[in-house]
Amino acid sequence: MTEPHKAEQPRRDGGLGRDLNARLQGIDPLGWALTLTIAVLAFLYPFYVEFLQDVPLIGDFIPGVGSMVVMLVFTVMAVGLNIVVGYAGLLDLGYVAFYAAGAYMAAWLASQQFEQWHFHLGSVGISKELSGLHLSIWIVVVLAGVFTTAVGILIGLPTLRLRGDYLAIVTLGFGEIIPQFVRNGDNVFGFDLTHGTFGISPIDSPGFGKTLSDATNELLPLSYQQSFDRARWFFWTAVVLLLITVFCSVRLRDSRLGRAWIAIREDETAAAAMGIPLMRTKTWAYAIGAFFGGVAGAFYASFKAGAFPADFYFNISVFLLCMVILGGLGSVWGVIVGGMVLGYLNVEGLATIGTKLQQDAGLNFEPSKYQFGIYGLIIVVMMLFRPTGLISERRHKREIEEGVQDESLYGTSK
Amino acid sequence: MDVFTQLTLNGLTLGSVYALIALGYSLVYGILKLLNFAHGDVFMVGSFIGFGALQALGGSTDPVLPLWLLLIVITLAAMVGCAVLGVAIERFAYRPLRNAPRIAPLISALGVSFFLAYSVQLMFGAQQRDYDAFSLDEGALFFRGFDVGNVRIPLLRIVIILSAFVLMVLLWLLVTRTRIGKAMRATSYDREAAAMMGVDIDRVIVFAFVLGSALAGAAGVMFALRAPTSATIGFIAGLKGFTAAVIGGIGSIPGAMAGGLILGFAEAYTQGYLSTRWSDLYVFVILILFMLFRPQGLLGSADIKKV
Repeated sequence: MTEPHKAEQPRRDGGLGRDLNARLQGIDPLGWALTLTIAVLAFLYPFYVEFLQDVPLIGDFIPGVGSMVVMLVFTVMAVGLNIVVGYAGLLDLGYVAFYAAGAYMAAWLASQQFEQWHFHLGSVGISKELSGLHLSIWIVVVLAGVFTTAVGILIGLPTLRLRGDYLAIVTLGFGEIIPQFVRNGDNVFGFDLTHGTFGISPIDSPGFGKTLSDATNELLPLSYQQSFDRARWFFWTAVVLLLITVFCSVRLRDSRLGRAWIAIREDETAAAAMGIPLMRTKTWAYAIGAFFGGVAGAFYASFKAGAFPADFYFNISVFLLCMVILGGLGSVWGVIVGGMVLGYLNVEGLATIGTKLQQDAGLNFEPSKYQFGIYGLIIVVMMLFRPTGLISERRHKREIEEGVQDESLYGTSK
Repeated sequence: MDVFTQLTLNGLTLGSVYALIALGYSLVYGILKLLNFAHGDVFMVGSFIGFGALQALGGSTDPVLPLWLLLIVITLAAMVGCAVLGVAIERFAYRPLRNAPRIAPLISALGVSFFLAYSVQLMFGAQQRDYDAFSLDEGALFFRGFDVGNVRIPLLRIVIILSAFVLMVLLWLLVTRTRIGKAMRATSYDREAAAMMGVDIDRVIVFAFVLGSALAGAAGVMFALRAPTSATIGFIAGLKGFTAAVIGGIGSIPGAMAGGLILGFAEAYTQGYLSTRWSDLYVFVILILFMLFRPQGLLGSADIKKV
């Protein structure tokens, strides 16, 4: 595109004017207004949540700010997974591996795990004398993303050449290996890497540091952990994290790379024939998806102030997949809705429903014990009756309804 | 030497069970090119049906039937139950997605797997179920047997290995010698051409699910005779069965048998000579190595599509 002789060619679409017009048309004022309203409402949530919780009937079902943080973290991961499964159509069943890798990056770089070393860089709210590596959580979150991206590329390069169902199994294998490795990693050739089943804690908390905190008259907390509004600050950070993820996800979808992903999803052979480098494009999808998993994992570990192997098992991958399916494969808004709904059910919704059932109906049934069965059922029902999800993405819907050239499972008529 | 004999015996027993599970994956994959993720959970349901049948027949302490008949009856019950379950899964979770993109039935299969595991947990609780095979006939299955060197081969293991072998031979005869077997092979080779030649594809598909699920049911009973079963064993068992199928070459029946035995031996020897700590990890490492370097498996044909 940048080569001069190409730029001189007359453009068939009418040149820049048409292009600009198309761009302006692409901006949907209603959509922006809606997005902005939702974002503002989300930011103000901590201020009105208590009023909502006092409302009769529904009040008990309103999640607190702390639960919201977990829901948001899961939604960030769901939006990340959507890039892999929704955009590029690669079934990744090992997403939990990236989540774990991110969390353990935070555990390594911001705790006392490596006592033999002593290094501080922007750590807040802890004594500078503390042994171990202590990087600022902001740096750690980015590093975790970079690390998982690298892991994603490493796993992706050899496996993405396999066909779809094999890819699912290999990712599933990795998703199972990494947690197992973490559980048993307290003695890697005599070196305690992961502290085994006990996990690593405490992990440092994010914060704005002394300079910023003093400058704003302690409006911005020095460290979230020591702030009275701990949950609120984590909540606001999580909202920002989700906004960034959604922004990247939407922009990526409309980029050259994103269109290549969708082309691959629809028809791999045709995409390759059009000159899309399959391996590179798929690996990017996998790596970028991994990036958000790592970021979310590191942030979540900091919120929980610990990384515990019990948090990273195969079911989480399916849980995240269920969010994507429920919301709508490829549909960013759908996935956010799916992520928030299922995240809510997982964090406290099912438990609340169970308590209600017990109190009001006298039923001794705890739905939270069977949550993964419920998610499994949701997946099957969605696939059978509404495969495009609650909020369908237009293009994906057309693919499903009109059929694509992708080889179907066992249809005898095509 | 005794350790080696013991481990070989372990490997053979484990391998027979894995091979039976692997056959189910291979049969379905050969015909539909579908990874039936729910297969491991069908295996789990089989072990529960066997448990239920055993209790219905008086439990292991006071069975109403003689030992041999009892084992045959509970295995048959599990096989029939699983066959029905397999057909139901195919009918309700896979068939409606026939013309959907490939990813759809895969996801649906995953959902079925979770649904089955947690439905069983909901119905029967999360606690382990023990057949208590030790009480059968005053421990005959464990105390009686043959001696090889200093190692006693208990009757139970002989029963497991022999019955798995018999089932595999029967399957082999069915696939190579009967009409429906011929139809299965034709469908696996080229579905559209088979359909044009008058093969009823629907019937072949259902039959593959019947066979695969019945074998998984038998494997479930064999597994549960030796170790307690619970609602969540399906996942890991399914993964091992799948690995065995991949090792042998998915879609190939002799491959699945060979793969099961190889995996069983690999697991037994690594547990015996290395450590049990990473034992599940070895399975995944083997799986991934095969996926990367020989995705068609040992006996499979190289039809892995690379565009």
